[in-house]
Amino acid sequence: MKIAPNVTPAKRPPEFQDGSSIRLPSLQILNQDGSVAAGANMPDLPRDQARKIYSDMLYIRLLDERMQNAQRQGRLSFYMTCTGEEASVAGTIAAFGAQDMVMAQYREQLALRYRGFTTAQFMNQLFGNIEDLGKGRMMPVHYGSRELNIMTISSPLATQIPQAAGYAYGQKLKGKDACTLCYFGEGAASEGDFHAGLNMAAVLNCPVVFVVRNNGYAISTPCSEQFATDGIAPRGLGYGIKTIRVDGNDILAVYAASVEARRIAIQEQRPVLIETISYRLGAHSTSDDPSGYRSKDEEQIWRDKDPIQRMKNWMIAQRWWDETSDSDLQQSYRTEILAELKLAEQRDKPPLGDLITDVYKSVPSHLLEQFQALEAHIAKYPDHYSV
Amino acid sequence: MANSTVREIGNEPKSRKMNLLQAINSGLDIAMATDQRVLCLGEDIGHFGGVFRATSNLQTKYGRDRCFNTPLTEQGIAGFAIGLAAQGSVPVAEIQFADYIFPAFDQIVNEAAKFRYRSGDEFNCGGMTIRTPYGGGIDGGLYHSQSPEAYFCHTPGLKVVIPSNAYQAKGLLLSAIRDPDPVIFFEPKAIYRASVGEVPEGDYEIPLGVAEVVQQGTDITLLGWGAQMAQIIKAAELAVDEGISCEVIDLCSLLPWDRDCVAQSVTKTGRLLISHEAPLTGGYAGEIAASIQQHCFLSLEAPISRVTGLDTPFPLIHEKHYLPDHLKIFESIVATCNY
Repeated sequence: MKIAPNVTPAKRPPEFQDGSSIRLPSLQILNQDGSVAAGANMPDLPRDQARKIYSDMLYIRLLDERMQNAQRQGRLSFYMTCTGEEASVAGTIAAFGAQDMVMAQYREQLALRYRGFTTAQFMNQLFGNIEDLGKGRMMPVHYGSRELNIMTISSPLATQIPQAAGYAYGQKLKGKDACTLCYFGEGAASEGDFHAGLNMAAVLNCPVVFVVRNNGYAISTPCSEQFATDGIAPRGLGYGIKTIRVDGNDILAVYAASVEARRIAIQEQRPVLIETISYRLGAHSTSDDPSGYRSKDEEQIWRDKDPIQRMKNWMIAQRWWDETSDSDLQQSYRTEILAELKLAEQRDKPPLGDLITDVYKSVPSHLLEQFQALEAHIAKYPDHYSV
Repeated sequence: MANSTVREIGNEPKSRKMNLLQAINSGLDIAMATDQRVLCLGEDIGHFGGVFRATSNLQTKYGRDRCFNTPLTEQGIAGFAIGLAAQGSVPVAEIQFADYIFPAFDQIVNEAAKFRYRSGDEFNCGGMTIRTPYGGGIDGGLYHSQSPEAYFCHTPGLKVVIPSNAYQAKGLLLSAIRDPDPVIFFEPKAIYRASVGEVPEGDYEIPLGVAEVVQQGTDITLLGWGAQMAQIIKAAELAVDEGISCEVIDLCSLLPWDRDCVAQSVTKTGRLLISHEAPLTGGYAGEIAASIQQHCFLSLEAPISRVTGLDTPFPLIHEKHYLPDHLKIFESIVATCNY
């Protein structure tokens, strides 16, 4: 049992360190024009999987555009886009297996898409209708699916981080060839749960891969006002966690790092931290307006680094893709999304009985009593309470 | 009630004298022996067996994977336990003192309590139990004495359980661990060693949500839970000399609570006194009083009395003056009966 830190005698005078001597490079494989950076190690990414990743990124870009507009039209109460960060999520989720649990924040709709969440399922949740798996209880974008091993999204930030450590510990105890993939943003990393979760994962040897999407902003607060360090990655080192930083707009870099991260988590039974450097091109949510805190010029710099365009350039250079296929696919996605949107907004709302189920495994008598009183009241004023 | 509603598991007629801590330890031991999924985690609970020794020998018996120390982080312990439960384990997490549960408040109130509801039952963390010692009586001052039960009783999705003796502690704990919803199990540390009784060595459960009528009476109902029961019973004995017959009820489960049992008793006696260590304002006695006056209004002969701690932080030197002891309860019994 080790009970004290390593103590190496130091020379006088006293020397203090702040970690600035540690420089964490950012893994990059693709140039923006789709060419491969000199000396880069290409990951093994077969054509069909590359096409799936690209198609899913394209799909989510279009879904986000459409649903943001639907919110502007007043058809939807709220929405959050992941525009600009598609590769950070697509490149990570693609490296994991269907048996790996995903515990995400709220901007990882690509993980759901990649696992097979259908357009109808997205829409049913967004409109909180009778077919929503969450029974119309959570605001839009709080998806979840037991079948797809994707934990339901929770609004409080960073709470999923210690939970992911615990989930992974359970997987380890059961001897499963599985790990947990946990997403959060650089702002959430200021919460106590980040520190609690990373430390516990490291001390208790949990097979969990943490992915921090460093997208530059927590609502309006820039990184420079969020932390004094060089990004989030140095904190991983501080907790004794194997850590890597990647260019989050480079699908191949993200994928290559993630394949290795999963191998470490499962084979070495220990946590890994990946920091993806990207930019939130859209607003925080439909309730936010970035023009109040950042410039169009700044946004343009990142628009020029678009991760979808970069992957497309590479795919075309590989002769795995072409412009005609691209516009055909976009058209078919647009048609599907619009059709499912119209269907979902017409579906009934969940029944009133769903108000009191699932608080507990079975409904307790005091809650049933409250519900009966509510039903009697509604029966008296049915028009006022119709939805 | 007690024995009639207890579910005995297996044919284990043997019982022996145990204190409340030994009963907890025995309950944890049986839970771990009967279900491979049960794990114990918390600060100092591993080899050391916990600062109160509630988890003694469990690591030796079941291994480090199933009984382990965590770093010193209550929010981490609660979050970790939620993840374990969601994955299919049955974690029993210890928070060393209830006074230190507040860093975990978000994980308990916003996460554990809402896990099933928010997912539409796609996921749940119902396997988790949080054990934590609460209450005064150990010269613990502000931060080793609090009774924070009311905060958690205000949270739909949680169950809150408080035993008052060794027999209850084991039976209620086994029920809590096996219950399909998250349970906060507050242990009265003041009587960890003082409360000694016959406890079956085998497996048994006492159902949650059911109160225990400790003593029948006709003039007033005295209601409490945990360590406070000893003060209430002492006060009831003093009342005998005044010719007052007290019915004494131990609530056992605070959420959900056995309103029918209490209402039935108050309908008979016409008077109710509720006593808890926690401060008066916003205390759980207020909730019970409001509910009982609604259901027993025409039976009540006097206002419902609350005998509680003061609306101050928990004191150190003046602990004895602060606590709602048997004399304060006795005086309130007399005043209520003479109203």
